[in-house]
Amino acid sequence: MKRIYSVLVENRSGVLCKVAGLFSRRCFNIDSLAVGETDDREVSRMTIVSSGDERTIEQIEKQLNKKLDVIKVKTFDEISSISRELLLMKVKYNKSNRRDIMENCEIMNAQIVDMSKHTMLIQMCDTPERIQLLISMFKSVSIVEVARTGTLALPKCSETD
Amino acid sequence: MIGADAIVKCLEAEGVEYVFGYPGVAICPFYNSILGSPIQTILIRTEQNAAHAASGLTRVSGKPGVCAVTSGPGATNVITGIATAFADSIPLVCITGQVNSELIGSDVFQEADITGAVESFVKYSYLVRDVNDIPRIFKEAFHIANTGRKGPVLIDVPIDIQNSEIRKFAYPESVSMRTYKPTVKGNMVQIKKVAAELERAKRPIICAGGGILLSDGEKELRTFAEKHQIPVVSTMMGIGVMPTRHPLFFGMVGNNGKPYANRAMNESDLLIMVGARVADRAVSQPDLITNNKVLIHIDVDPAEIGKNVGPTIPLVGDARHIFEDLLLQEFACEHGKWLDTLNEYKKQMEPKRKPDPAYVDPARFITMLSEKMEEDGIYVADVGQNQIWSCGYHIVKAGRFLTSGGMGTMGYSIPAAMGAKLADKGKQVIAVCGDGSFQMSMMELATMRQHHIPVKIVVLKNNYLGMVREFQHYTYKDNYSVVDLSGSPDLLKLSSAYDMKFLRLENMDKADEILDEFLKDDESVLLECIINPMDLVR
Repeated sequence: MKRIYSVLVENRSGVLCKVAGLFSRRCFNIDSLAVGETDDREVSRMTIVSSGDERTIEQIEKQLNKKLDVIKVKTFDEISSISRELLLMKVKYNKSNRRDIMENCEIMNAQIVDMSKHTMLIQMCDTPERIQLLISMFKSVSIVEVARTGTLALPKCSETD
Repeated sequence: MIGADAIVKCLEAEGVEYVFGYPGVAICPFYNSILGSPIQTILIRTEQNAAHAASGLTRVSGKPGVCAVTSGPGATNVITGIATAFADSIPLVCITGQVNSELIGSDVFQEADITGAVESFVKYSYLVRDVNDIPRIFKEAFHIANTGRKGPVLIDVPIDIQNSEIRKFAYPESVSMRTYKPTVKGNMVQIKKVAAELERAKRPIICAGGGILLSDGEKELRTFAEKHQIPVVSTMMGIGVMPTRHPLFFGMVGNNGKPYANRAMNESDLLIMVGARVADRAVSQPDLITNNKVLIHIDVDPAEIGKNVGPTIPLVGDARHIFEDLLLQEFACEHGKWLDTLNEYKKQMEPKRKPDPAYVDPARFITMLSEKMEEDGIYVADVGQNQIWSCGYHIVKAGRFLTSGGMGTMGYSIPAAMGAKLADKGKQVIAVCGDGSFQMSMMELATMRQHHIPVKIVVLKNNYLGMVREFQHYTYKDNYSVVDLSGSPDLLKLSSAYDMKFLRLENMDKADEILDEFLKDDESVLLECIINPMDLVR
């Protein structure tokens, strides 16, 4: 089962290490982890995607709550949240496949943000599944390198917000 | 005032009486500042034992014990002691010196990333970066260590911070941490559910863990059990929650516990597991304690509930507060024959030993020792066969039983006994160890002599690492590997080297008079008991 943990933590040095250490120490999976400051400079948000059985999922939440630098833990599944990931991908191109690449980008709503004589840099912000799809579409073209942010997610808007 | 003075002021404000430690350059400013303080310093002979001694002190005084060691090897040596305290939820405040702030990360002499290294063994840790944070950090550290699920806190203080001038020293009155507010009071809805289930139960039982002792809830537990005539068993860390011979107490559970205690727990229809982790040694088959019964799990740490078994009723809170609230609930709890059944089991299932008259029988010896001990005496068991015999045969009257349960750290008993004795000098304190565990801490005999800490030590000598030998006996058909303790020192000569009284018991014939001699005065004595090398705990 996939689970997303949205964890507000004190924005202090060493906190990332403590949280990541908790996962490795207890053999919990981390599928992805993304960290950034929130609107409050003293607070960061970690978005952790993990998977496991029901007991593991509950333990992860409890263990996160136990960490003294953790302010709040929210957890949700993919259906009840909006997930996004940012991809940067550098690919090699030549005359013959240049059009195809551009068309594919257009179909997938990806942008070409930089170019040289032989390479271009593609950017896409979308769900992790579509990011994966784009990467697989470019498998036949030669990918030079890929960087992904990992999933960011927040619960969907509701009337009770 | 410099940082080091401020640290000493913080400790004084917390009412600290002893600091266990070992100096080195990086902690020298602190050890210089403490010279003017009424706090007494105890020079332990290896840093691991500083944490064990602080743990012994904590467990008797209820206040976090303090140790202070230097950077690098001093800090890394203390880790096992910290991990031992962590596993048993013992509050400690451990101060480590650190290299100069500007040099951190450059791998200079005696630098170790101690906050990183202890991360999974501490409740929290600090690396002090600004001298002005010292009062707040120490206030928080003592608060964190001794509230909620208790545990060790480490404060790493670079030497330049210790030497810097602090702007103004004011020890905070209170702690304000938005991330830390442990639940103490139990949820009333859940408490009412517990009462309702107890009313229905025909075979209720309470399994008490170390959490009862940590929350100071022995009295409340006992009153509750007596009020409703509910039998009580305990985990290893829970030994002492009730006097061993209390009519409602049915011994320690687990694979090293009493068979009738396990049977009682398994046959119950309602089990209150309180202040216990439900770890493998206490509950080897978690399904046995969940099948066909109502499981109520009470713990101050929500993460413990449901970690190893899924309870019917989870109840988060401090054990003492919860039993106080449960005592206010009025309900009938009728279970007439259940206690008779358990008493019958107890009679039938007490393990029968066949002692060899040529040696000291550790079981009978330990029972005799505990009967002769003062009512409120403190018994500190080490780790190994000695621990299992101690758990099985020591009779707690009104005293305490201390041991390293979670981590099972050999060498715990002697330093912990020293800490316990310093916490309450009026109490009789006895450390019981094997010849393996004794040799892990025998350097502390010097500490005992230097600081006049009259702890009595029993060494159950069998020339083997007995517990491992026993495991190899069963698992590897007596193919013993690296368990022979030949080369051990002559304990008579050793005690004379440390100027300590020495006694030897070779068989049970003279046990009575030797024990009287051993317990007679409030002085350090080393008693060697020769036990059969082939003796087994079961």
